[in-house]
Amino acid sequence: MAILTQEEAKTIIDKVLRLSKADETKVELNGGRSGNIRFARNSVSTSGATNNLSLSVTVVISKRVGTSDINEFDDASLEKAVRRAEEMARLAPENPEYMPMPGPQTYSKPQAFVDTTASMKAPDRARLAGASIKSIMASQLSGAGFLEDSSSFNAIGNNKGLFGYHKNTGANFSLTIRTPDGTGSGYAAGDFNDVSKLDTGSLTDVAIQKARASQKAMALEPGKYTVILEPMAAGELINFMINAMDARTADEGRSFLGKKGGGTRLGEKLLDERVTIYSDPTDPQIPSSPFSSDGYPHEKVVWFEKGVVKNMSYSPFWAKQKGVKPLPQPSGFVMEGGTQSLAELIKGTEKGILVTRFWYTRWLDPQTLLYTGLTRDGTFFIDNGQIKHPVKNFRFNESPVIMLNNLEALGKPVRTRGNMVPPMRIRDFTFSSLSDAV
Amino acid sequence: MSATLLPAGLIAGNRISAEDLLSPGIDVATKKRLADVALNAAKSKGATYTDVRIGRYLRQYLFTRENKVQNIVNSESYGIGVRVIANGTWGFASTNLMTPESIAECAREAVDMAKANAEIQLEPVVLAPQKGVGEKTWKTPIKKNAFEIPVKEKIDLLMEVNGAALKNGASFVTSNLFFVNEQKYFASTDGSYIDQDVHRMWPTFTVTAVNKQTGRFKSRDALSAPIGMGYDYLSDNPAEKIVIPNGPTTYRYAYNMIEDATAAALQAKEKLSAKSVPAGKYDMLLDPSNLGLTIHESVGHPLELDRVLGYEANLAGTSFATMEKLQSKNFQYGSKIVNLVADKIQPNTMGLVGYDDEGVPCKKWNLVKDGILVNFQATRDQVHLLGEKESQGCSFAESWDSVQFQRMPNVSLQPNPEKYSIHDMIRDTEKGIYILGRGSSSIDQQRYNFQFSGQLFYEIKDGKIAGMLDDVAYQSNTQEFWNSCSRICDKDDYRLFGTFFDGKGQPGQASAVSHGCPTTRFNGVNVINTGRKI
Repeated sequence: MAILTQEEAKTIIDKVLRLSKADETKVELNGGRSGNIRFARNSVSTSGATNNLSLSVTVVISKRVGTSDINEFDDASLEKAVRRAEEMARLAPENPEYMPMPGPQTYSKPQAFVDTTASMKAPDRARLAGASIKSIMASQLSGAGFLEDSSSFNAIGNNKGLFGYHKNTGANFSLTIRTPDGTGSGYAAGDFNDVSKLDTGSLTDVAIQKARASQKAMALEPGKYTVILEPMAAGELINFMINAMDARTADEGRSFLGKKGGGTRLGEKLLDERVTIYSDPTDPQIPSSPFSSDGYPHEKVVWFEKGVVKNMSYSPFWAKQKGVKPLPQPSGFVMEGGTQSLAELIKGTEKGILVTRFWYTRWLDPQTLLYTGLTRDGTFFIDNGQIKHPVKNFRFNESPVIMLNNLEALGKPVRTRGNMVPPMRIRDFTFSSLSDAV
Repeated sequence: MSATLLPAGLIAGNRISAEDLLSPGIDVATKKRLADVALNAAKSKGATYTDVRIGRYLRQYLFTRENKVQNIVNSESYGIGVRVIANGTWGFASTNLMTPESIAECAREAVDMAKANAEIQLEPVVLAPQKGVGEKTWKTPIKKNAFEIPVKEKIDLLMEVNGAALKNGASFVTSNLFFVNEQKYFASTDGSYIDQDVHRMWPTFTVTAVNKQTGRFKSRDALSAPIGMGYDYLSDNPAEKIVIPNGPTTYRYAYNMIEDATAAALQAKEKLSAKSVPAGKYDMLLDPSNLGLTIHESVGHPLELDRVLGYEANLAGTSFATMEKLQSKNFQYGSKIVNLVADKIQPNTMGLVGYDDEGVPCKKWNLVKDGILVNFQATRDQVHLLGEKESQGCSFAESWDSVQFQRMPNVSLQPNPEKYSIHDMIRDTEKGIYILGRGSSSIDQQRYNFQFSGQLFYEIKDGKIAGMLDDVAYQSNTQEFWNSCSRICDKDDYRLFGTFFDGKGQPGQASAVSHGCPTTRFNGVNVINTGRKI
């Protein structure tokens, strides 16, 4: 019900555009449904379902912007929304950085919607969660997990002829399994557009294995270690870096991309030459919306190529100041890797620490992109190519920029939290203290 | 999980005009009639317990930078959430279609969901009894409703704040005002019909100084607190200020935003050339604007009963503060001068309400008494696990479309009953660091190991402030840290810290909570140097 077709969405958007008397008008139409189930202590705890369909009208009158939203779609409600937005625009202060809306754009066609995911219902979720709980109980362990699925669409149109439509589905599952004595904890997670690719059984098996293997961890002295970061761990830090690539902040001298004496590091080699990171809404592994909320297209963009900063993101205003085209922040990224599996990377490691994932990672210094956080749910010592024993969790203080200069090897990328990230071996990763947490 | 979840509640709901924020919404009699539709529909479908929340959430957020207004968001989110127990299992559904038919359908959907989930339920839900309170109303005791203040007056204030910062050497400044009014109606099959009108606000800014020659930049955030007050918090009152010689000015229940922005610009510039801290052990003097977050993360979250039991294991984690430690009655959480209370009736706090989101009257109770762990925070379906028969009133939902669960009440450190000021504390410290403001924070999933930073760091040498430091973060273990608590200032120094967007749960929900404390000293804490080069 809440997923409108492209034609239905365009009919409503065009109707609203015709009602507006403003200089410029933009209409966004968003809708979708989502459902979730949560379990803990091997039993269901909470669950929920939501449906939503909403329309947003933004009008501009002499650089003054007003926006109004509604959930009703009869003619009177649509007209009321437009008039209210116009009224709000007249009362709004002038925005000196206002940029005219873009005209018609050409968008790519990502294949992000899967019917199987869209048709998920409460009993389907209960069945998947129940099967996972059954395996956990059979292993005499205790599990907590979360399964969520959603389907949505977004459409955008303006009075300069721009129109875009995109629909998307997603399903994600994560679980944490703990041993009864509280000395072991394992985690696994997966996310896909197609729920049939979400193998909750295999993820449960991985978490069970990690919970058992992480029991009775030994303490190692904090310090600099060679680490193998699983994609979930590496992706978290790299994601922070990709989100900090705003050109305006760099030009203003308050970013890791700013430099001494002014200017930016665009075009400079900042990372190891094996690091290439790009975004592409049509990537079949991580398809995403082909346009940003202001209507500019998301295209394939290389952010780092062989360690060199190739692009920064530009808002329409800043792009005009700098004479370049607007470049929205990406909604997902692909980091190129090699062909080795995680197991092969471990095999090729003389001494090191295997990190399943990080937790509570927070910035410390935006100048150096220094972050702190902790390892969690499966941290192991590797000796002579083999996992020898679990180790107690560490707190780290590290920057993704420093980390990607200390790169030793890259494995094959996998999807994690909407990005494609390879497992990687890093030398001299800084662990600053030990944690007793399991 | 985290004390910051800004995007979640940013533009929840429909954008409306500022004038519409003052429109009254539906009357109480209509709310009762709609709530009864849900209660009856759920009962007919087989629910053994039902509660209904009709929520109207009004928000006004203003964003500026330098001399520009970036955005003004006025929003309204309105709908109904129905929670049921059927076949011994919770079910929840919500809708924003407020017709009797749609509400009845929503109640039936909640019952269907409960029944589907009952298939994988190990033990039926046990609900602590709660006698119906009948028809009640409650309102945050504010002096000046922020929504009644014209937008222009607010923008003029922010422009003055930004102007003051730029005039005093800031390279950049952003400033924001956040105002929230939650109009919440609760009804349950226990016989409660509770109408509440809850207000809170948060004025804040970030000032940045850039030195283009060196390529270095430093920021200083506002020392304000998000607070359960009206617009009257934004005023100048010398009696509500604490001024530190050779140091900063801090604020109690009246915040002078322009004065703080002026100081922030000067301090951000000073930070550019501040001495980088030598790593080592220091006595830490933590201002409430800094210690509040440490209380939140190292006391508030670990003493949530749902975490202790494992209900949050998959995201936020569990807790080092286990049931066994509570039952031992001798777990030394902190030194003997440490008294921490949970308090949902404390004036001016953001956790202050009359009743929680499952109709339980709010109260105050001890969590740590004379250093010993004595209690947790619980909801109706968990409190029996503590051997108690009455909920502590900790149930909260972010909105009408989110299911309520256990959320942190205000958790605060009690002041020293004897006179002791910040001036006394500085005088009595040989080698220390005095930290103000909320900075970087991180803590493990069982709340043992933490690391916090701040906004302002002052070196204390032989009883005097000796100058500004930079690159400071302190690391400790929760129990070790609270047992190193050596001095606490008195009630005259007591102030509130708050977090406006505290995240927890899956799907994530934000809540707002306050933490009160005076400036407090912790001896021999490990300080690391966070300076790096890239």
